[in-house]
Amino acid sequence: MVARMSDTSPRVRGWDAASDLEKDPAVVPNPATTSVPAELRATIEEAMTRYPDPRSAAIPALHAAQEVHGWCSPEAIEQVACVMALTPAYLDSVATFYDMLETTPVGRHSVYVCTNISCSLRGADALYEAIRAAAGEAPELNVRSFECLGACDIAPMASIDGVYVGPLTTDDVPQLLKDIRAGQDVLPEKQLARRPCADPKAIG
Amino acid sequence: MKLLFDRIDEPGLCTREVYERRGGYESLRRALALTPDGVLKQLEASGLRGRGGAGFQMGKKVSFLPQGSMDKYLVCNADESEPGTFKDRELMQKSPHMLIEGIVIASYAAGANRAFIYIRGEYVLQADILDAALVEARAAGYVSEDILGSGHSLSLVVHRGAGAYICGEETGLLDSLEGKRGNPRLKPPFPANQGLYQGPTLINNVETLSTVPTIIRMGGAEYAKLGVETSTGTKLVSVSGHVQRPGNYEIELGIPSREIIYGLAGGPPEGREVKCWFPGGSSSPVLTGEDLDIPYDFDSLAKAGTMLGSGAIIVVDDSTPILDVALKVAKFYRHESCGKCTPCREGTNWTVKMLERIDAGEATPMDIEIMTSVQEHIIGNCLCVLGDAMAMPIGSMIAKFREEFEEHIETARSALSYV
Repeated sequence: MVARMSDTSPRVRGWDAASDLEKDPAVVPNPATTSVPAELRATIEEAMTRYPDPRSAAIPALHAAQEVHGWCSPEAIEQVACVMALTPAYLDSVATFYDMLETTPVGRHSVYVCTNISCSLRGADALYEAIRAAAGEAPELNVRSFECLGACDIAPMASIDGVYVGPLTTDDVPQLLKDIRAGQDVLPEKQLARRPCADPKAIG
Repeated sequence: MKLLFDRIDEPGLCTREVYERRGGYESLRRALALTPDGVLKQLEASGLRGRGGAGFQMGKKVSFLPQGSMDKYLVCNADESEPGTFKDRELMQKSPHMLIEGIVIASYAAGANRAFIYIRGEYVLQADILDAALVEARAAGYVSEDILGSGHSLSLVVHRGAGAYICGEETGLLDSLEGKRGNPRLKPPFPANQGLYQGPTLINNVETLSTVPTIIRMGGAEYAKLGVETSTGTKLVSVSGHVQRPGNYEIELGIPSREIIYGLAGGPPEGREVKCWFPGGSSSPVLTGEDLDIPYDFDSLAKAGTMLGSGAIIVVDDSTPILDVALKVAKFYRHESCGKCTPCREGTNWTVKMLERIDAGEATPMDIEIMTSVQEHIIGNCLCVLGDAMAMPIGSMIAKFREEFEEHIETARSALSYV
């Protein structure tokens, strides 16, 4: 049977998925038997020192683990849980809440295409379809339509591994994918970082 | 008059060297020479209203924090996610020290010794720039123990979120900052009494805090002369959508909206008219082309039944069906609902489904009534205003473009072959 409300709020992801009743609940992983890459451990421990309550480091820690594993895999969650002395279920509840934390395997390069109102008014939906079509099933790409990325001045736009580029047209798509695949600076002349303020009197 | 955007594109402004050469951190020295109460008086005199969305008086907010020696916190809300809003991004990217200086001054007034900047995870470049600026500010003793010999100490951390609109809601932000799912909390208690880690917490938007050094430099009373009586000062406005020059503009509050949409942003493309516009992000009820002479300030917009919100104007021209706009907006709030309160979780979902039904030709005029009633039942019935943020604009679109919705129902229905 098709899950009837699979299209509701993604922040309650997995609410209708069956759970394995045979399995024992996972406890805080045993540090003696859980191996955590030294660098990841150091990053998480450093993050924990920044807050009065070390639990505040949950998001930075999951970000760091995702960097290492490519997504918040059960193994990644277990490693964070081990260092932070939390249960994997707790961290899973955090990871499923946030759009940037991936709970299924995805491509290495994130391509977030903003399809919210301001970008959409300037052609973002066609751009997203064009990028999807050009990317095909490429395993290294994680093409997603994303909510407002806060760059409506360069609409329609996309965030490529965190680098904002725009305004994009469908003609830019081949070069965009070429740059991502070659590991180059993506469309340098279209990067937000180089754009001056629109206010004519702000130059002074 | 440019206060926040004064020579914002000057190369190297994001470094301490250039910022200080332009008089940066002078306001901090001046503030530390006053008592915390003296700083608070300046903030109150300025009449500065919060630039994040709610428009609450900043000075009043600071004064709500209890006195005493308990741990108090200051949180800068940099989770700029309201669709159409991108002003904080420009400030943080180009003038991060102005924000840091504002935070230090505000923390002194509030007696807070720990501060956090909660920045949305998507703003990688801006978070990196803030981190670099913070290293410089620490080295110069602006963010440290006993700042410039004043006895006031502050630690500041840039905390990166991970993509969730609801974390811009102040209590959702606090839960997220505590390492949890970003679910909003029941209010009261308000964050001023019980906020981060249950301690008194002052939460302000990036633009609000970035304005603080200017207020100290000019003096609160002088700042209050800018703008109009109940909306003082200048405001950054993000203009986007169907305009020829989208971007951030600094305006004096109270100028006619037309001057922003047409004068600064160039208006819709040649041959097009303004069909509707959101004056304060996609959560604000829409206005039409007839409302362009409304002064752009908090109270004038409230009187017109909408709000200034985050200062994000989204312009939609007459080439776009209203249903497309409504559907985009409703889908966004459905996606972002945290799922905690039923009216919001289900109401956003139902609204999307009804709008889709209209588009598919499967609706009847009765669906408009049902949709209106769903919006009315969301408003005021949830822990936070995310549901309201969909219900208000959708309700306003139905009220102002009812005929178009009805036409859409008929056209789509007659296009179906089996009717």
